[in-house]
Amino acid sequence: MLQGWVIVLASFGYIGLLFAIAYYADRRAQAGRSIIANPVIYSLSLAVYATAWTFYGSVGRAAGDGVGFLPIYIGPTLIIVLWWFLLRKIIRISKVNRITTLADFMSSRYGKSALVGGLVTLIAVIGILPYISLQLKAVSSSFQMLLQYPEIVMPEKSGLVTILQDTAFYVALVMALFTIAFGTRHLDVSERHEGMVAAIAFESIIKLVAFLAVGLYVTFGIFDGFGDIFRRASARPDLAGLLTPLTGWTVGFADWVWLTLLSMFAIVFLPRQFQVAVIENVDEKHLKKAMWLFPIYMLAINIFVLPIAFGGLLTFPEGHVNSDTFVLALPMAFHKEGLALLVFIGGLSAATGMVIVETIALSTMVCNDLVMPILLRMKWFQVAARPDMAAFLLDIRRWAIVAILLLGYFYFRIAGEAYALVSIGLISFAAVAQFAPAFIGGLYWKGGTRGGALAGLTAGFVVWLYTLLLPAFAKSGWLGSGFLDPGPFGIGLLKAGELFGLSGLDQITHAMIWSMIANVGAYVLVSLLGRQTAADHSQATLFVDVFSQTGERGLVWRGTTSASALQALLGRFLGPARAAELFLAYANERGLKSADALGADAELVHFAEIQLAGTIGAASAHTLVATIAQEEPLSIDEVMTIIDEASQVIAYSHKLEEKQQALEAATASLQGANLRLQELDRLKDDFISTVTHELRTPLTSIRAFSEILHDHADIDPAERQRFLGLIIKESERLTRLINQVLDLAKLESGLADWQSAELDINEIVAEAVGATSQIFKARGVSLDTRPAPWVRSVMADRDRLMQVMLNLLSNAVKFCAEGTGRVEVRIGEVDGMVRVEVLDNGVGIDRAHQALIFEKFRQVGDTLTEKPAGTGLGLAICRRIIDHFGGRLGVESEIGRGAAFTFTLPVARPGMAGAKAENT
Amino acid sequence: MQKANRRGARLVGLFLLGCLLFNYPLLALFNVRATLFGVPLVYAYLFAAWALLIALVAIVVEREG
Repeated sequence: MLQGWVIVLASFGYIGLLFAIAYYADRRAQAGRSIIANPVIYSLSLAVYATAWTFYGSVGRAAGDGVGFLPIYIGPTLIIVLWWFLLRKIIRISKVNRITTLADFMSSRYGKSALVGGLVTLIAVIGILPYISLQLKAVSSSFQMLLQYPEIVMPEKSGLVTILQDTAFYVALVMALFTIAFGTRHLDVSERHEGMVAAIAFESIIKLVAFLAVGLYVTFGIFDGFGDIFRRASARPDLAGLLTPLTGWTVGFADWVWLTLLSMFAIVFLPRQFQVAVIENVDEKHLKKAMWLFPIYMLAINIFVLPIAFGGLLTFPEGHVNSDTFVLALPMAFHKEGLALLVFIGGLSAATGMVIVETIALSTMVCNDLVMPILLRMKWFQVAARPDMAAFLLDIRRWAIVAILLLGYFYFRIAGEAYALVSIGLISFAAVAQFAPAFIGGLYWKGGTRGGALAGLTAGFVVWLYTLLLPAFAKSGWLGSGFLDPGPFGIGLLKAGELFGLSGLDQITHAMIWSMIANVGAYVLVSLLGRQTAADHSQATLFVDVFSQTGERGLVWRGTTSASALQALLGRFLGPARAAELFLAYANERGLKSADALGADAELVHFAEIQLAGTIGAASAHTLVATIAQEEPLSIDEVMTIIDEASQVIAYSHKLEEKQQALEAATASLQGANLRLQELDRLKDDFISTVTHELRTPLTSIRAFSEILHDHADIDPAERQRFLGLIIKESERLTRLINQVLDLAKLESGLADWQSAELDINEIVAEAVGATSQIFKARGVSLDTRPAPWVRSVMADRDRLMQVMLNLLSNAVKFCAEGTGRVEVRIGEVDGMVRVEVLDNGVGIDRAHQALIFEKFRQVGDTLTEKPAGTGLGLAICRRIIDHFGGRLGVESEIGRGAAFTFTLPVARPGMAGAKAENT
Repeated sequence: MQKANRRGARLVGLFLLGCLLFNYPLLALFNVRATLFGVPLVYAYLFAAWALLIALVAIVVEREG
């Protein structure tokens, strides 16, 4: 039944089915109802990780050392736990910057450097070749084996047949055509490959089902469950060691750890994994489910690896069947044709899945990060001369796919036969692991520079070439093996397999140790020693701080272009209609009606660059936009200037803030002053109204008496005499009042004329007493003075001090009862102050009024009913005079018990007289 | 935000647990001639630990919050 045409028909039928699925998914995507936008499909597409290596190779590895196949899956399971941080960040960065490949990511991170992108592409292509050859080998050998059914014959070495007779060659060609049809159908290259993802997810189901089917058949069909297989194995002395596989491991654990680490890197940095996990990711949230669904898938596809391996070892004890083919050989040996065909299809789907995604990812890299940057730098290559760049790009990618697969085939012919499947694949793992330092460093360390990335990648890649790739060529006899043993130029320390004498390790572990030391060392060292360019630094910040960025970007760009030029450029790559659509959408977003109204500012240039980056990669997009945008390169000095300007602005704003505070303080004090002024204004008004009132009272009586005398000529002479006397008295009062107002105004304005001199207070008191004795006698009030000759002299104006004394004495006599009144003047000296007291036994002053009597026009008693006994200015003037000489005027009194007015004056010091006189 | 932080911390904890489970010396402890349901102990351990880790990740990730 299993003739060649059946197998070929089944294979093409299966591939046809894949196309149907892809076509359907694309149609759905165009209709806006994507079938891949769910976490299960996302997880299944991640399972592109399981290739022919997993399908055939794991069993082969398990048959050799028991557990050696496991780190390849445990590593990813471990790192996936951290995907919530790591991959989410990568996805976010890629979406923001429209990253299309791993190389694009690296080049974008390191200042959009085309050199970094090109180097990454080169390493990826060369590094992945062994991996692709592994798939070709698996498919072609399983096909050849199946052709020989029912015999179980190992396929011939491909080196023995010509290329045209070699199945692997045709497998490579068919796969190339298949991939071209799959990945480069669309002219709209910037879109994601929804159809491809759907097909890959489907392939993941098929390979899992096929592997589980053969596993179940071997475990429960051929044998009697897990226990039975292991029991029989333990009975075989040559297999017993595999049951405790870690026995005697000393360096074995080192290999285990390095393999785990290696596959941690691989699950992120294999170009196809980057493609499905990052580029084809529809929604960051899908990560959550994928974080446990994908590990479950890996666990499931590995459960039957050991039973099949032991089953194969038990069934083919002679060892003529290669353990890499057990998966297929077992159903064939037991004549299960249908199962054998299913296994072949499963292996085919594992291999095609890998080849499709890997070559699409690699061809995009080659096109965007290797060919385009070179073409754009060629003088003869003019973008403007090519209206349809999209078709041109697709052509480049198609040729890249063919070239990569053919290179993979040649690697297979040269070196593929010398190794088991897993060992071939691990060489590729080690190659992509070289991306890890610069990639992870670029993700979390802003200090990583372009130079550091280039140095690290180069150093790691060179060590990889020397310790893994060249030995693989040598082992197949294609290269002299002199550098392996005794070492190049006979130098033993440089043996490619035992570099610097490090021996006893697995060759992968050995290569990983040295390449990582070289890679990390060069990356960190060059980054630390070198200086970052401005572009490098701005991209580093953009990448490392991707989660803390808002939509707005502080983009520094200077240059000149026009919006229409940018649109035309985009049109060449995306098609004029799509470009017009994008620009219109962009304009609408900014509230403009048409794209013509757009100004070519930094934001628009950035928008165009990002759109282009989705098609041709960041580095090429940057170069292209730069050709028409004529951006002047931003030197580090200019960036520093910008930073300086920014800090100056900050300084200014600080100053402004200070000024504002000062202004606020000034405003507050002005407000206070204003309040005081208003108060003074009110006081002035009060003063004026009081003064006019005080002036009116005597004027009114003078006028009244004058009118009486004028109107009544026949008035009694005695009466006339009394009236005239009153008029004179009121006039005197008026004069006194006016004099005092003037006096007060003088004192308050500071214009008063002070004649300071050393005075004996006793003399003043005696003089004042003498001057007022007449009044005292008239009112029958006794006046008692006690001179104090020991009291020192004071510094004051004689006339003013007299004024105070006279005022106090006349006040005292005024408020004393006639006949029984008694006034006493005491003189003393306390604490360097001369003190004069004027005591009376008059009516006294209420405590509440004591403070008021020193104010202007304040008189104790009801001014409405009682005729005022004074002007109300006397005490106010007295207080000002005493204040002027540095003394104090106060009163102590109680109602009915008299009052005691006291003033103090400082004792005069020698030489003070002159100083005082000068001051005034 | 706090919940997201706590989930992050738990995931880091699980990563460290995984590193411990799949490494020397724990791995070596199970490398003895014994079987669990007929399966050599070291294989049974590897797959059980693997399944446990996946289950814990699923619980942490899918828990509401």
